[in-house]
Amino acid sequence: MGVSVDRLVAARVTAPRDPTPWIGVLGIVVLVAAQVYGVISSPPDRDMGHLQKIMYVHVPAAWNAMLAFLVVALASLRYLWKGRPADDLLAASAAEVGALLTGLTLALGMIWGKPTWGVWWTWEPRLTSTAVLFFMFVAYLILRSFVDDFERRAQWSAVVGLLGALNVPIVYMSVRWWRTLHQLQSSPMTLDSSYTWPLRVNAVAVMLLMAFAIVHRYRTAVTEYTADELADHAALRGEGNRV
Amino acid sequence: MSWKEEWRRVRAVALKDLTSERRSRAGLNAVTFLGVLVLMLFGFALGPDAEALREAAAGAIWLAILFSGVLAFNRSYQLELDGGALEPLLLYPGARWAVFAGKLLANLAFVFLVELIVIPVALVLFHVSIADGWMAQISVTVLGTVGFVTLGTFYAAMSSRSRSREVLLPLLLFPMMIPVLLGAVEASSSLLAGDVMQEAGAWIRMLIAFDITFLAAAVAAFEYVIEV
Repeated sequence: MGVSVDRLVAARVTAPRDPTPWIGVLGIVVLVAAQVYGVISSPPDRDMGHLQKIMYVHVPAAWNAMLAFLVVALASLRYLWKGRPADDLLAASAAEVGALLTGLTLALGMIWGKPTWGVWWTWEPRLTSTAVLFFMFVAYLILRSFVDDFERRAQWSAVVGLLGALNVPIVYMSVRWWRTLHQLQSSPMTLDSSYTWPLRVNAVAVMLLMAFAIVHRYRTAVTEYTADELADHAALRGEGNRV
Repeated sequence: MSWKEEWRRVRAVALKDLTSERRSRAGLNAVTFLGVLVLMLFGFALGPDAEALREAAAGAIWLAILFSGVLAFNRSYQLELDGGALEPLLLYPGARWAVFAGKLLANLAFVFLVELIVIPVALVLFHVSIADGWMAQISVTVLGTVGFVTLGTFYAAMSSRSRSREVLLPLLLFPMMIPVLLGAVEASSSLLAGDVMQEAGAWIRMLIAFDITFLAAAVAAFEYVIEV
């Protein structure tokens, strides 16, 4: 073990206790409570029956995926402005969680769509734009995995993230026009008040879990980055083999 | 730096790219041939029914342009990377966006040349007549192409300098192209059917908004992409 890594470990030990895990614990507790609340309080839907309960994960996942995309865009913008590595790591963490949430939204939407609409997939505007969003998240992550140099990866993915964010409203508008100019798709989400509160609480629960995942992933990335930096410095001082 | 000087730089980069393309011609021939080939494949996949072919024509034309055109953009940087000429090009005085604008113009000329062959072939193969409203059809084609080439040239500045560039560029580019694809195909189909629903105008406005947004974004962001 080199001196530098000892210092890194010391820094981690003396740092104030990391409150992140508690966000996760709180998220799980709220999620369980919210799911129980949703299942007990809301009556089976007239048309969909208990299938409607999928909404309590599907809709919060979709909302929070948008939020994750916003975090990617803001962190990317800040990286281009200030050039701090931490902002890039935050954007990457949010993109990973966002890709997971859009994937979850799509999967649950399909499971719900099969018995309700009779098809696994329909070119419904929101479904289609979510799929496009998913592909943009995935392309962003693939770009990151294909570029090795840190600065290049950070700069490029920040630009790709921003252009993607710029495109989200255009994609949504164009997909909506594309469908509505041809046929009208009735929205099944005409909500009764007995469904709105469980939905809101579940949204908060998913948001807490998302915040936990992003922050945890971000801290891991920062630690990795710091370790790499320290190893580089040690190597420059001729201590490379000790790390 | 005056605008006139920047324009001279833009023109110099564009002419340089076009000259090297004109002398080899390998890229243009191959890409055009691929575009025609994709059209043939669509013909086989959709069957010989003339009515079905006519209805799918606009979509087939745009996919042929997208699939063949995407191969052109990496080339636009590849020749310079191979010759170690990209860095000297960036070291010349003047704004970086001039390099992007020059490459954009050269790629536009390239894709327009490809379309000049591919679209007439498609009209023949798919039994389409554009006698009415050909001006509107051409403007839809130009607007769609500008959006496609702008983002293609921009993303190729990254993909051409990374690993697996052949697969990375379409992965980055095609999800972004969905509004262009929808706008161009819907406007073209609507015009081919006589635009009875009057919807082509809305799509053309959407294409104009897309082009302006991403032209401005690409010109502003090119510096960040090319400097690392």
